[in-house]
Amino acid sequence: MNPGYSRAELLVCVIARLLEGCRHVIVGASSPIPGAAALLRRELTEGAMRVTILGSNRYNAFTDGGVETFDMAAQGRVDAFFLGGGQIDGQGNINLVGTGSYPENEVRWPGSFGSAYLYYLVPKVILFREEHTRRVLVPRVDFISSPGVSAPGVYRPGGPHGLLTGLAWFSFDRQLHRFRLESVHPGHSVEEIRDQTGFEFDCPAEVPFTAAPEPGILALIRGRIRGEIAETYPRFASTFAN
Amino acid sequence: MNQQPICELVELAAAVPDGAKLVIPSDNCGVAMAATRELVRRGVRGLHLVCVPTSGLQAEILVGAGAVATLETSAVTLGEFGPAHRFVDALRRRRIRILDSTCPAVHAALQAGQKGLPFIPLRGLIGSDLLASRPDWKVIDNPFAQGDPIVLLPAINPDIALFHAPLADRYGNVYIGRRRELLTMAHASRQTFVTVEAISDVDLFGDAALAPGVVPAIYVSRIALATKGAWPIGLHGHYDSDDAAISRYVQSAKTEEGFLRFLQEWLGETAVSA
Repeated sequence: MNPGYSRAELLVCVIARLLEGCRHVIVGASSPIPGAAALLRRELTEGAMRVTILGSNRYNAFTDGGVETFDMAAQGRVDAFFLGGGQIDGQGNINLVGTGSYPENEVRWPGSFGSAYLYYLVPKVILFREEHTRRVLVPRVDFISSPGVSAPGVYRPGGPHGLLTGLAWFSFDRQLHRFRLESVHPGHSVEEIRDQTGFEFDCPAEVPFTAAPEPGILALIRGRIRGEIAETYPRFASTFAN
Repeated sequence: MNQQPICELVELAAAVPDGAKLVIPSDNCGVAMAATRELVRRGVRGLHLVCVPTSGLQAEILVGAGAVATLETSAVTLGEFGPAHRFVDALRRRRIRILDSTCPAVHAALQAGQKGLPFIPLRGLIGSDLLASRPDWKVIDNPFAQGDPIVLLPAINPDIALFHAPLADRYGNVYIGRRRELLTMAHASRQTFVTVEAISDVDLFGDAALAPGVVPAIYVSRIALATKGAWPIGLHGHYDSDDAAISRYVQSAKTEEGFLRFLQEWLGETAVSA
């Protein structure tokens, strides 16, 4: 059954909700859905929430070069950021380097980018990976580009807020070091999540469906947001909306 | 600090010695691809390539051509065009030494370099396999606070910074605008080599609006004219990336034979130069 919106539109909408209360959000490379979501949140706050999109010229007000992202994060000037991973495990560890033994990995990915810093410093890091399979969501990552949690005493004001996939949204408990299934996207089930997730997670007796995008929000996404994100991600902009 | 920095592209490439520690910028900051082609043509070997903080096609091609001994980077990515096949292949066959890093570590180590400091502390990293894979990075206790472990990175002082910029003047000043990591690269490096789209007879410092975006001539050893010198990568405000050409490259580079055919074709073309 066609729900009247695409998966990308649902994810944009979910992320925009998660960004509520943020003052400044940075979106990293190769992140069209988080980029569209940040621009949607900005629109809903009438521009009060600032957005920096790495790779954009319009949404980049840096005058001190690429290092400014990291200096801002260290000063508490970035409230949310997005990280993914070729592998993500149940403790929130992420692997952006490769599978098998390092450095002659079986599969090698581009590298860790800024993860080994921003994951520690940005208060609300949203892990985002559309593919929800046991290949990605593993019991233990093969290489820790950046850990989900740190030993007591390690300076760490930031960390994982939760994990959003193409199937579900999990929150992350920084005391228990565990994910908790919060909602399953419409059309999917808790059983399917269990089948496709390689790590253990907490699961309440009743798991709600992820709320569908409201009609007004969908109209915004298909109108202004699609136009805005096209500056950085023209191909994505032409295909993501229903 | 060459008295007469303006030279031919071939001379600029010839002045990069084998084994040099060469620092290059990421794809949105001005990548000296025409100069890279001349480096490959002259068969440069043993480079220690430092990417600020990542690289794409430039590192991929230099690695594929056998020019790189050590690669220090936070990522090698061709973005939506797909995997950097030669980079992946070289790692699998142990043809290069990889120093995996994280973006702020590259920036910070260059900043230490520009200040002439031996090292610089950096937050994050503790508990990662990135730190475990880097014996040159140390953890100490913050001497100013109790129970606060922090990572120290040795400074990076490259032999040569190499990038592409929109404009230079004939006095050796180079306009980079707000791409400030290029200035840090120049400050930290012993020499800076730049290719440019145009060379002006007018002193860039004569324009108060341009001056804050200038790398002063005192840092710049060589400048060569190379119109469309970042091709097939784009140069912001001047031209977009040539996506068709990059796609063709990625197709070719799936196999070593395909890559060698690409190289032959690429090197066979007349150098885009003055």
